[in-house]
Amino acid sequence: MRHIISILLENESGALSRVSGLFSARGYNIESLTVAPTDDPSLSRMTIVTIGTEEIIEQITKQLNKLVDVVRLTDLTETNHIEREMMLVKVRATGELRNEAQRLAGIFSGRILDVTASSYIIELTGNGKKLDAFLDAIGEEAILEVVRSGVTGIARGEKALKI
Amino acid sequence: MELSGGEIIVQALREEGVEFLFGYPGGAVLHIYDALYEQDDVKHILVRHEQGATHAADGYARATGKPGVVLVTSGPGATNAVTGIATAHLDSIPLVVLTGQVPRKVIGSDAFQEVDAVGCTRPIVKHNFLVQNLEDLAPTLKKAFFVATSGRPGPVVVDIPKDVTAPSEKIPFDYPKKVDMRSYNPTLSGHPGQMRKAIDLLLAAKRPMIYSGGGVVLSEASAELTEITRELGYPITNTLMGLGAYPATDRQFVGMLGMHGTYEANMAMHECDVLFAVGARFDDRVTGELKHFCPNAKIVHIDVDPASISKTVRVDVPIVGDVKRVLRDMLAMLADTDRRADSQALAEWWAEIERWRAADCLGYDQGDELIKPQYVVEKLWEVTGGDAYVTSDVGQHQMFAAQFYKFDKPRRWINSGGLGTMGFGLPAALGVKLAFPDSDVACITGEASIQMCLQELSTCLQYNAPVKVVNLNNRYMGMVRQWQEFQYDKRYSHSYVDALPDFVKLAEAYGHVGMLVDKPADVEGALREAFAMKDRLVFLDFIIDQGENVYPMIEPGKAHHEMRLNPARELA
Repeated sequence: MRHIISILLENESGALSRVSGLFSARGYNIESLTVAPTDDPSLSRMTIVTIGTEEIIEQITKQLNKLVDVVRLTDLTETNHIEREMMLVKVRATGELRNEAQRLAGIFSGRILDVTASSYIIELTGNGKKLDAFLDAIGEEAILEVVRSGVTGIARGEKALKI
Repeated sequence: MELSGGEIIVQALREEGVEFLFGYPGGAVLHIYDALYEQDDVKHILVRHEQGATHAADGYARATGKPGVVLVTSGPGATNAVTGIATAHLDSIPLVVLTGQVPRKVIGSDAFQEVDAVGCTRPIVKHNFLVQNLEDLAPTLKKAFFVATSGRPGPVVVDIPKDVTAPSEKIPFDYPKKVDMRSYNPTLSGHPGQMRKAIDLLLAAKRPMIYSGGGVVLSEASAELTEITRELGYPITNTLMGLGAYPATDRQFVGMLGMHGTYEANMAMHECDVLFAVGARFDDRVTGELKHFCPNAKIVHIDVDPASISKTVRVDVPIVGDVKRVLRDMLAMLADTDRRADSQALAEWWAEIERWRAADCLGYDQGDELIKPQYVVEKLWEVTGGDAYVTSDVGQHQMFAAQFYKFDKPRRWINSGGLGTMGFGLPAALGVKLAFPDSDVACITGEASIQMCLQELSTCLQYNAPVKVVNLNNRYMGMVRQWQEFQYDKRYSHSYVDALPDFVKLAEAYGHVGMLVDKPADVEGALREAFAMKDRLVFLDFIIDQGENVYPMIEPGKAHHEMRLNPARELA
């Protein structure tokens, strides 16, 4: 099962390596990991997408909680939540593709951020499946470069991961 | 009071009540060493290798319950300490290890004796710190001691750049009185509902079993464990790390369990219907093959570390909390209820256990020719009145010590259980003897293990630590040889130890007493003579039977009831 684990941790040097080191040392998967400081500059918020059985996910959350730098943690997949990922795609914009890429960007609510005679850069936001669908639709031939932010997420409603 | 970084460290150690600082100087810690000069509140013990420093501090911590403290320099000082830090980590032993670091402005430049100590030790510490500012030094040291000793204890490394300790920069010193860490707050009290469920389950048992581990020792809960075990009247086994937490000479004790546990302990594990796991972590050497572990049992598990619960074995009633507090609360609950265990069922269960016990699985025949290692340990137990602190290295001798020295008190059995570190025994014995100079301290070792930290014989002389080294010399890495005998068709690949030194002369060269013992009839006399020499370190080199194996043995992939028993002894 795929899980999205959100973590508040001390914004200190080495905190990221404690988390990533835990995953490698114990053989857990990381699909994606994002991290940035929060509105409270002493805290970072990290979002990890991982895959494992229920037993493994339980161990992952326990081991993460055990890290001294981890302040709070929640498994977003256990609640109603919103997940988002941002992607920048550089595509060929020549011949038929010049109109087709623009049309697809519109369908997927993307924005074209950069235009040259031969390329566009398209910004897209959504869950992972939507971004995958866009890449499928535009086709491998058209893609010059892809960069994805990794997943971030937040629980719906008033429930908040804060201290 | 304005102090430099070096002086702050020494003052912080005083405030923490540190008696001994095990260390080795070098460039990056010279300011700290200068601050240590001409004071004797904190006694510095100059080891001969940084691994010895960490093991000695570890031995001190295990015997006293207080944190062991280490000071080493940057680079090789820190990397040499790594094995000792990992040893403490796997057994949850509180250590505070101060490592020197190169000055801040050259960190990351591959400077002389630079190593990323925080990175190197990250997977083997409870937590570590790099001190980036002088102002952070005192609060960081306070946190280090707090984290090391609270919750599930463990080693904490504090990496301190040289310039942070420079005498040229001084700041007002005020050692924090308490620590407040929003990200670290161990749960110590058990959940009342869970404890009630545990009592219900325990009292409903027909074939109960208590399995307790090192957590009982760490939490100083030996008295509570003994009381609840006697109150319930149930059989109890201890893990290797938990020996001594329940008196081994008591009838309710069925011996150690696991790979080299007793027949009765392992059979009772396999057949029990309720397992009460207390401060134990279901280590693979304890459980054997997981899918056959306690197949019919409901399991109650007390542990201060939530991550230890249901890690390898799913449990039915988890209780997160400090073992001592939880057991106290459960004892109060037991006192409040009129319900008692099913005495009829318990009597039948005990009868079955006694049949297993009658098999005398640890039996051996001494004979007149070759000294049996078991015999040496049994005689050691007699000669020391069962009251010595016993450290060990790793291998057959460790298992013989665990099986045959009947520990009646906690903190007397000091060994590297989790990491299995050869070389641990001698420096650990040094740390124990410094803490308890009037007690007998024996290091049970083998001729392979002892050579891994042999250099500390010198430290033992310098600081007057007259421990007794009991070398069970079989000219083999005995446990490796045993596995090769059983699993590799007696292909003894590189497990012999050739070109051994003359240990008697070696001991003498270090200024100690050496004794060679090669006849069974001389064993007891030699031990008595050695322990009578209160102020001398005696190295007893026992030449023992090369072919002796440790039985029972649960081989890899086997379950508790599938022990290999001593073929020389038929089961009754």
